[in-house]
Amino acid sequence: MIELLIGALKAIIILLLALNLAAILLWFERKGSALIQDRIGANRAAITGLGKKLGLPNLGFVNTLVADPIKLFTKEDFVPEGADRFLHSLAPFLALFPVLITFAVVPFGDQITIAGHTIVLQAASLDVAALYILATIGIGVYGVALGGWASNNRWALLGSVRATAQMISYEIAMGLAIIAVVMTYGTLDLQAMCHAQGGVWFGWLPRWGIFVQPVAFLLLMTAGMAESKRVPFDLPEGESELIAGYFTEYSGGKQACFMLTDFAEIVLVSVLVTTFFFGGWQIPWLYRDGFHLPGGAMLAMPNLLVAILGVIAFWVKVVIFCWFQILIRWTLPRFRYDQLMRLGWKGLVPLGLLNIVATAFVIVLAGGAH
Amino acid sequence: MPLALFIFLAALAIISSLGVVIQRNPVHSLLALVMTLLVIAVLFIGLGAVTVGFLQAIVYAGAIMVLFLFVIWLLNLQVEERPVGHLALKFFGAIAAAALVAELFLFFAHAHPTLAAKQLAPGYGSLASLASVLFKDYLVAFEATSVLLLVAVVGAVAIARRPGPSEPGASGVKTGAAS
Amino acid sequence: MTVPYSWVMALSAAIFVIGVAGVLLRRNVLVMFMSIELMLNAVNLAFVALARRLGSMDGQVIVFFVMTVAAAEAAVGLGIIISMFRNRETVNADELNLLRW
Repeated sequence: MIELLIGALKAIIILLLALNLAAILLWFERKGSALIQDRIGANRAAITGLGKKLGLPNLGFVNTLVADPIKLFTKEDFVPEGADRFLHSLAPFLALFPVLITFAVVPFGDQITIAGHTIVLQAASLDVAALYILATIGIGVYGVALGGWASNNRWALLGSVRATAQMISYEIAMGLAIIAVVMTYGTLDLQAMCHAQGGVWFGWLPRWGIFVQPVAFLLLMTAGMAESKRVPFDLPEGESELIAGYFTEYSGGKQACFMLTDFAEIVLVSVLVTTFFFGGWQIPWLYRDGFHLPGGAMLAMPNLLVAILGVIAFWVKVVIFCWFQILIRWTLPRFRYDQLMRLGWKGLVPLGLLNIVATAFVIVLAGGAH
Repeated sequence: MPLALFIFLAALAIISSLGVVIQRNPVHSLLALVMTLLVIAVLFIGLGAVTVGFLQAIVYAGAIMVLFLFVIWLLNLQVEERPVGHLALKFFGAIAAAALVAELFLFFAHAHPTLAAKQLAPGYGSLASLASVLFKDYLVAFEATSVLLLVAVVGAVAIARRPGPSEPGASGVKTGAAS
Repeated sequence: MTVPYSWVMALSAAIFVIGVAGVLLRRNVLVMFMSIELMLNAVNLAFVALARRLGSMDGQVIVFFVMTVAAAEAAVGLGIIISMFRNRETVNADELNLLRW
């Protein structure tokens, strides 16, 4: 019974963390784009202006987070003439749901021991987690595909066709990157991958995946950004060509759902990159009993504190990669569609295959094969 | 797998596979098929075939069905007229239904050996166990599959591609090149 | 209480027959194709159940092969449907009767 309760609690925690980070990213992106474009942005959301009169710091952050959902959820929920009503309503949730359930296998910390219970900070310890991630990402295509189709709008359908083709093309590159990672660690379990990234090489270099699989990192990051359909891969939305792509005919809560999916995908890509290549919750030189610095110095710490530091480190890394993706979004121009397909099929897929072959050779030469 | 879960999944699988046949809109049929495939993937996992279950979700539901969706869009298929129903088809349908009823009766009339009858090896259905069988006992077949996939890709492109204006066979195809 | 093995086989048979009915009743070539996938999956389910019953991995490996063959079959089959549609502008099996006589 207590195990069930702990499991539910872990699931709720990771879901809330992911959703809240996705929502905060909305503000983060507005502020970030303003910063990059050298203007003052997102400063008009004030409820009474009272804070300013009292000389408090600008609370635009909170106000944006409150004002935006209120605006979206009080709007008319519009379903166009001739649309497939059922699928039109189903599609946003079909897009959001697979992204959210993917977070179930993400380890957001080491294990902690409270009152005799050892709790692994991961909602579902799945030993085929990498396959699970690929499966949920694969299912995520349907929400986008059906959203445009059910809208009975040519632009929306075109956006759907573009999005679907793009997503299944880059899914292959993503799968190849994940295969190389799985070969390196010899496991499909993300928590085991995080454990494998503890410790150091040469006495100082943390054993992070980025140092052994830099190509896979590039592949996963690029393919992940293409999966989340963001600039420079935002052809499915392409507002200068397709109005807004597959969610042209969406408004109110359903539109909010699609937007949340986009931001949740950013968080997901950051989480995957962090887990696969940047040690997950590992902090360099920090072990379960405390810091072991390269010079030989040691700083002992209680176990619980180490675990909490790990959780914080994980989310800091995730936020850094979210920021990195926003930075790319506001820096690069949009691809043309043939360029997108050429990059996917002639660039990333051969690179991914070569990376797998090279990884296999290294593993066999190093005697790591069983 | 608990019995109640199995009955729930079985009911879901039958309802959604009936949806494939009954729905008149091809996209709805396709969605019902995706649903069926996912339920069957869950059944695989429940039956101990964890890796195969996830592969089913990735390959079948995530890739092959998207291909179907593309073709439906490409051909702009609309809602189908209610089929007329040929006499011969009804005849065969009746035979199939009778056979199914007889088969089900036989199944349920017999003793029910449960699935856990045989002791399973540890790691049954995991990726490692699947891979060791695949790459030891079935290696030739596995390599042949890769050739099969390559041939299928080339064949599909060769069949579905419109011949270019200078190639032979260009005049014989209604290309609508002017539009 | 665990699942009786014959029940899984019954489910497999039921899905298979629904697939057969789809091929016989529907006139849309694409939906007939989907019904064939349904039959393939019914057989896959039987393979997995039998593999579990016998405690061997061979049934699962066969399912793996069926999946790859299904992928190849889908690619070629859909290619044929597209080129058929291009020539006859229909996907109705009753109108595609050139080879019938």
